[in-house]
Amino acid sequence: MKIVGISGSIVGSKTRTAMEYTFKAIAEKYPDAEVTLIDLAEYKVQFSDGRNYMEYEGDTGYVTKTIMEADAIIIGTPVFQASIPGTLKNIFDLLPVNAFRDKVVSMLVTAGTSKHFLIVEQQLKPILAYMKAQIVQTYVFIEEQDFHRKEIVNDDVLFRLDRLVEDTVMLTETYTNIRKEKEAQYDF
Amino acid sequence: MEKYRIDPSKGIEFGIYTLGDHIPNPHTRKRISAQQRIQEIIEAAKLAEQAGIDFFSVGESHQDYFTTQAHSVVLSAIAQATEKIKIGSSSTIISTCDPVRVYEDFSTIDLISNGRTEIIAGRASRVGLFDLLGYNLRDYEELFEEKFELLLKINEEEVVNWSGQFRSPLIDAKVIPRPKNGSLPIWRAVGGSPGSAIKAGIAGVPMFLATLGGPSANFKVSVDAYREAAKRSGFDPATLPIATAGFFYTAETSQQAMKDSYPHINIGLELINGHSYPKRQFAQSADPRDALMVGSPQQVIEKILYQHELFGHQRYIAQMDFGGLPFELWAKNIELIATEILPAIKKYTAK
Repeated sequence: MKIVGISGSIVGSKTRTAMEYTFKAIAEKYPDAEVTLIDLAEYKVQFSDGRNYMEYEGDTGYVTKTIMEADAIIIGTPVFQASIPGTLKNIFDLLPVNAFRDKVVSMLVTAGTSKHFLIVEQQLKPILAYMKAQIVQTYVFIEEQDFHRKEIVNDDVLFRLDRLVEDTVMLTETYTNIRKEKEAQYDF
Repeated sequence: MEKYRIDPSKGIEFGIYTLGDHIPNPHTRKRISAQQRIQEIIEAAKLAEQAGIDFFSVGESHQDYFTTQAHSVVLSAIAQATEKIKIGSSSTIISTCDPVRVYEDFSTIDLISNGRTEIIAGRASRVGLFDLLGYNLRDYEELFEEKFELLLKINEEEVVNWSGQFRSPLIDAKVIPRPKNGSLPIWRAVGGSPGSAIKAGIAGVPMFLATLGGPSANFKVSVDAYREAAKRSGFDPATLPIATAGFFYTAETSQQAMKDSYPHINIGLELINGHSYPKRQFAQSADPRDALMVGSPQQVIEKILYQHELFGHQRYIAQMDFGGLPFELWAKNIELIATEILPAIKKYTAK
């Protein structure tokens, strides 16, 4: 199973910190999973210009191809101006319309206030649904006060991240198995 | 319809098209040489003619995994190798060519072929050629519209006066040689949303509609929008032919057809578009209402007739050599088309 994490902003540290916890949990619980964590802050990704995702070069090409090869994707996003950051939206724009078909996508979100709780529900999920993702419905919402100097200090958040990892892996296995079973019935 | 060399009383026309893709055979992972591929395309055109197929066309794509970038050169070889089958481009990306040059080439092919040549002009779904040929992708739409208009004008007028944004003006310019019968059938290739279909209707030019897969009824919107736009612009839709184009594969049984074709279509899409063809979607396409023409001859006949009922179109063209399909299987398809499919669809659609 190939799991790719996307830390969706190029500023701040909270989303990255939460993603690191998440990927540590994957490494401990599912050592066989092939994992890649893409922190957008570490890549120079160009704006989408409408070409096929395979035709981008350099960092942009690496990011699009890595995402397209994934079985499961965990997206970490902060909330900017009551929405997802432009850097994350650009990733979606770089990919084809059906990019998440046969992929499971789960989400964690960091925010300065609990008032942003439904941002992901109302703005990120519709994009993922449009791109044909199998969505892990429950996401982990983490507030500013749950962090202290690049560490998560709220034990409840860690518990919920563990569950997010388990849900993501379980749903991916489930869908993969159902698909394989169905495909085995075809003789082509 | 006469202007476009189509006689509806004979029933729907059946054609074969190739994009000239050059993809390894998924079973052997080996790829034939570009030379062999081009020669096989010419050979297939000859077989299609012997089979009584109405039309054969070749497209251009300027990137890896393709061989017929110079599609008009390949067409001229086909013109020489055949005698009665109609031939054309599918499509000529007029946006990145000089329409004068394209017209000179195609009217020459028309003379070589003794009046059998057509142009299908498209906007390109693969856009590698914009960089390669020195055009800005941002002018995608305007390049096409301007150059397509000029191409149509040259077709109507031997001496052309014209000025535009993307090439130097033409002042009393004589574009020769002229085609055998004075003009060429020129179609507009349409894919995706109805916007492009409406533009074809407004210009009163015949439409070639890509119907690669999914419910056939989805394309009805474009067909209706096209005829409606033509009527509003003062054209009689009954004089304007419509053609559809899509993936095709036939074998004795439906299972055999799916088994033979899936690996090829799948590897082709993987290499060119970067995503595989979901098996389940492929399996679902066996439904007669789906546009993917893969199945036994009987199934394919049913699909073509279903589309004919929906669209009332005059021509269907089939792409079956995609994804490194061995030539023997292409030839086998042509044989089944000739013996089983053509007689049936002609019988049911002739007036």
